[in-house]
Amino acid sequence: MAGEPRYDVIVVGGGNAALNAALAARHHTERVLLLERAPAWMRGGNSRHTRDIRAAHDGIPRYTTGTYPVEEFLDDLQRVGGGRADPELARLVVRESKTLFQWMSEHGVRWQPALKGTLHLSRTNLFFLGGGKALVNTYYQTAARMGVEVRYEACVDELLLDGARVEGVVVKRDGAREVLRARAVVVASGGFEANLGWLKEYWGEAAENYIVRGTPYNDGLVLRLLIDYGAEVVGDPRAFHGVALDARAPKFDGGIVTRLDSVPFGIVVNQHCQRFYDEGEDFWPKRYAIWGGLIARQPGQIAYSIFDARMLDQFITSLYRPYEAPTIRELAVQLGLDPEALHATVETYNRHASRTGTFNPAVLDDCATRGLTPPKSHWAVPIEVPPFYAYPLRTGVTFTYMGVRVDERTRVQLKAGPPMANLFAAGEIMSGNILSSGYLAGFGLTIGTVFGRIAGREAARYGRG
Amino acid sequence: MAVAERLGQVPAEKLRNWVWQLEVCNACRYCEGYCAVFPALERRRTFTLADIDYLANLCFDCRACYYACMFAPPHEFGVNIPQMLSEVRRETYARYALPAVFTRLLASNWLAVSGLLLLSALFFLAVVAATGDPGRLFEAHVGPGAFYRVIPYALMSGPALVLSLVGLVLLVGGGVRFWWRTRGSVADYVSLGALLRAASDALGLRYLTGGGAGGCTYPGERPSFARFVLHHLVFWGFISAFVATTAAYIQQDFLGWYPPYPWLSVPVITGSLGGIAMIVGCAGLLYLKGRSDREPADAGLLRMDTLFLGLLLLINVTGLALLLLRETPAMGSLLVLHLATVFALYFVLPYSKFAHFVYRYAALVQNRLEERREAARAGH
Repeated sequence: MAGEPRYDVIVVGGGNAALNAALAARHHTERVLLLERAPAWMRGGNSRHTRDIRAAHDGIPRYTTGTYPVEEFLDDLQRVGGGRADPELARLVVRESKTLFQWMSEHGVRWQPALKGTLHLSRTNLFFLGGGKALVNTYYQTAARMGVEVRYEACVDELLLDGARVEGVVVKRDGAREVLRARAVVVASGGFEANLGWLKEYWGEAAENYIVRGTPYNDGLVLRLLIDYGAEVVGDPRAFHGVALDARAPKFDGGIVTRLDSVPFGIVVNQHCQRFYDEGEDFWPKRYAIWGGLIARQPGQIAYSIFDARMLDQFITSLYRPYEAPTIRELAVQLGLDPEALHATVETYNRHASRTGTFNPAVLDDCATRGLTPPKSHWAVPIEVPPFYAYPLRTGVTFTYMGVRVDERTRVQLKAGPPMANLFAAGEIMSGNILSSGYLAGFGLTIGTVFGRIAGREAARYGRG
Repeated sequence: MAVAERLGQVPAEKLRNWVWQLEVCNACRYCEGYCAVFPALERRRTFTLADIDYLANLCFDCRACYYACMFAPPHEFGVNIPQMLSEVRRETYARYALPAVFTRLLASNWLAVSGLLLLSALFFLAVVAATGDPGRLFEAHVGPGAFYRVIPYALMSGPALVLSLVGLVLLVGGGVRFWWRTRGSVADYVSLGALLRAASDALGLRYLTGGGAGGCTYPGERPSFARFVLHHLVFWGFISAFVATTAAYIQQDFLGWYPPYPWLSVPVITGSLGGIAMIVGCAGLLYLKGRSDREPADAGLLRMDTLFLGLLLLINVTGLALLLLRETPAMGSLLVLHLATVFALYFVLPYSKFAHFVYRYAALVQNRLEERREAARAGH
């Protein structure tokens, strides 16, 4: 032992889970340090791109519509998670979510009344005013007021591990390394979705063509340290949440604005001009998350959403202008596709498209293709009114599922032996315990807030003996 | 449409950048709870310069959207809505004013305004010299009509009346041009409801509250009601001073009571309360501006704000000093100084930050009308 550690609790990470851990720890102990890897302007990890949090409630006037019982939340989770979650932890997070409105309000978060255009989430999800960066700013301000020490551009590149105990961390900054000792450590440093090298281990060169929707700092360095030390892994390493994005989006941190909602309003082809999936299977909010994976499996990891002039105003404005041409062949030339092949695919689709149904984007309408493979089940009207439009699509990776196993106190579990005594994990780095496939909008923040709070409290209690 | 063309002169590259930023906003929409700008933006899919003029004047510069924006500089998207709208606002003050050249000349140029002050002071000194013994400037005067023994009433109030009426006409003219250009029609004025709701938005400084965030993020990123309170002090101080002027006019011209008025009289009480409120408000706002984050600011508009607040502060300080020292030999000099600042202010009024209320009110009315149309559409 090198004498009294300088800190009671060190929190590794700077997003929602880390901030909640730091705030909770500070309620129970004095010396709390938060290490954010990013510079201040980019603090907050992927939390800065969030907008709302899923929470069970008995009705919160002004900010939600109706009620969202715990049982219904659990059912929703069961449906998307396929039942592979740790049932104890799933029940814990859902039950605790009922306290989040009050907890967050007490720590400065302000809310937005349920508004239009929010994917019909106004009953199940709470929208914080201004979105994720405002949320993160508020938490940093509250942390400063409560006396939490914060360091930016502090990259943890070593955990001081000894058996089932952690003694502290080593921080690298400007080429210098500094040892910081603490009685307990919380890791809340996210997944590895921004580490294309790591993704390549599972996806090969295809991963080079993925776009990372959030922060470039989620390279999973701390997750890797824990796995190498022998932490038990949960979640499929290949699994990630991926959506269809405009291919012109920046490689990192394009956030919400590069998403595209055009898919159900036309057809989607790969670079050989072939369709590959039912574009009208269900409402877009229920399907957008499978398209990232679909595109990832296409040659060159690219696809093209093709639609006609009638559909241009049917979906929310996107950031980039669509390609536009008077004929399908000329559109193909602009996209670098084979004009005859694209023309043939559209002709084939048009022959099988619905001419008698009533197009209605508000319902699962009766416009389905007949005798076409793959089918288009709804909104399948011909693409025939010029000008014709196209958006190029790529896979946008939102987050990864693989993480470390924790117990109900968020202690990191090793493959052999007891759980780590004073090393706790919260947020995306352990979300695989609860969710190993699929997603519920706003649930990442629920996990981060609930388990961040538990981790911070447990770490502080351990620190006090 | 020669006027429209002249009003539309913005370099194409600049306009493209403005439209890009607004399109990023429209694809995100996280800020829609903060103020009226974002819901108004969401009602549009494309943005013309007229749309941008409208949005710019709907913006109260609370800056919440800047601190909440994931895409603010140094992000490669470079979204900085408060800065962009401030720049546009400054431009609209120039483009819609009559004649526009005066805005560019006077709005933020202390040298030009100092020249005006000097000219006004020389005018009143000339008046003193031309209407009797110049030595009376340095003597104490008491009793009814004391001020007019230094500067004759007609020469004090006549030019002021002319200047303020001309200023009013010019301001209204700018407002009409703005209204016409940002797609309002005369028929729209008929909506009393929209006029009243917009008046309540304006008088309540509804959009300096951060949409429930606890005030605006000004001067830094922590929400605060400081600017909200100080702006109220300036505005209601101004109204109070206006009441004082009106009361004095009634007392003198209808009741035949000549100033100086006693301490416990309507003009002195409302005037000094208004003056103190404006001094505190202007000084406070200047202090906040000095400390304010420059990233989301437009340097030109900041200079324009500073000049107007500085001038208003000067008027109130000289006015209050005049009140306190009105029975001493300093009264004459203070009166000349005070009148010179008032004249300079009257002259620059239509070209200064003062004009913002005209365009802002027009934008708020337009916003309420759009809301009503949207609600009507949703209802059918």
